[in-house]
Amino acid sequence: MIGLEHYLIVAAFLFVIGIFGIFLNRKNVIVILMSIELMLLAVNINFVAFSSFLGDLAGQVFTLFILTVAAAEAAIGLAILVVFFRTRGTIAVDDANVMKG
Amino acid sequence: MGITAVAFYLFALVSVVSGLMVVISRNPVHSVLWLVLAFFSSAGLFVLLGAEFVAMLLVIVYMGAVAVLFLFVVMMLDVDFAELRGQLAQYLPLGLLIGVILLMELGLVFSQWSFAPGHVAARAAVTPEGVTNTAALGQLIYTRYIYLFQASGLILLVAMIGAIVLTMRHRTNIKRQDILEQIYRDPAASMDLKDVKPGQGL
Repeated sequence: MIGLEHYLIVAAFLFVIGIFGIFLNRKNVIVILMSIELMLLAVNINFVAFSSFLGDLAGQVFTLFILTVAAAEAAIGLAILVVFFRTRGTIAVDDANVMKG
Repeated sequence: MGITAVAFYLFALVSVVSGLMVVISRNPVHSVLWLVLAFFSSAGLFVLLGAEFVAMLLVIVYMGAVAVLFLFVVMMLDVDFAELRGQLAQYLPLGLLIGVILLMELGLVFSQWSFAPGHVAARAAVTPEGVTNTAALGQLIYTRYIYLFQASGLILLVAMIGAIVLTMRHRTNIKRQDILEQIYRDPAASMDLKDVKPGQGL
């Protein structure tokens, strides 16, 4: 019988893979954005699993909102990436030092 | 082991493995394709959980729009990705260490975790009986969460405008049509009569 814990474990693995991806691809912004998408997917799995096993639809409603915000974030992030590439000719994170931050 | 369990283990394995391949794959185009696979198998997990609407949303919005957006950007940018991955081995131990620590912490949480007393009474929106998932979600979104729903629409609008404003540029070295300038042209400004003598030219 597949219980709530099974889904939570899958989500935990996906979340950790996302964080691992951020560390592994420290220079490549595109893969970092994809890792963030993976982490948001893990959160969504958690939400839907709890929603399903507790019989509470609010979790799925908030999954909807997370999907919306993630789509907006991906669009804006990729737009910034394209503008950055136009001005600097690279997408390496180390080169993003125009603002001396 | 029932068909549900087989499907769960299949989808879970595929989503975790493709998630890992997103991270370690050498070519970002392959990464995007693995991301599509991860989203698809997660949509399968959602179907198993009885959340068909969110599953279809994941397939349509994520695989149809966001992943294709990633694919476009990866293919549009002319980046030497091999150079970006040069110091992969340098960050591997740190990433593995932090990943293992996080996984252990999550395991500690899972081992000592239980529902609070009275969690059934604390549910915000109890799933109605005899209504399909999509209909129940619609009844909830358009009534109780209508303001949040409108706000999410506003977020998408702002993101759309922001992306257009960020990426639109006016190049100066190309010829562009200016309707107003064309309308306000008159013969006096655009024509010049020259008296050319025969056999000489200008």
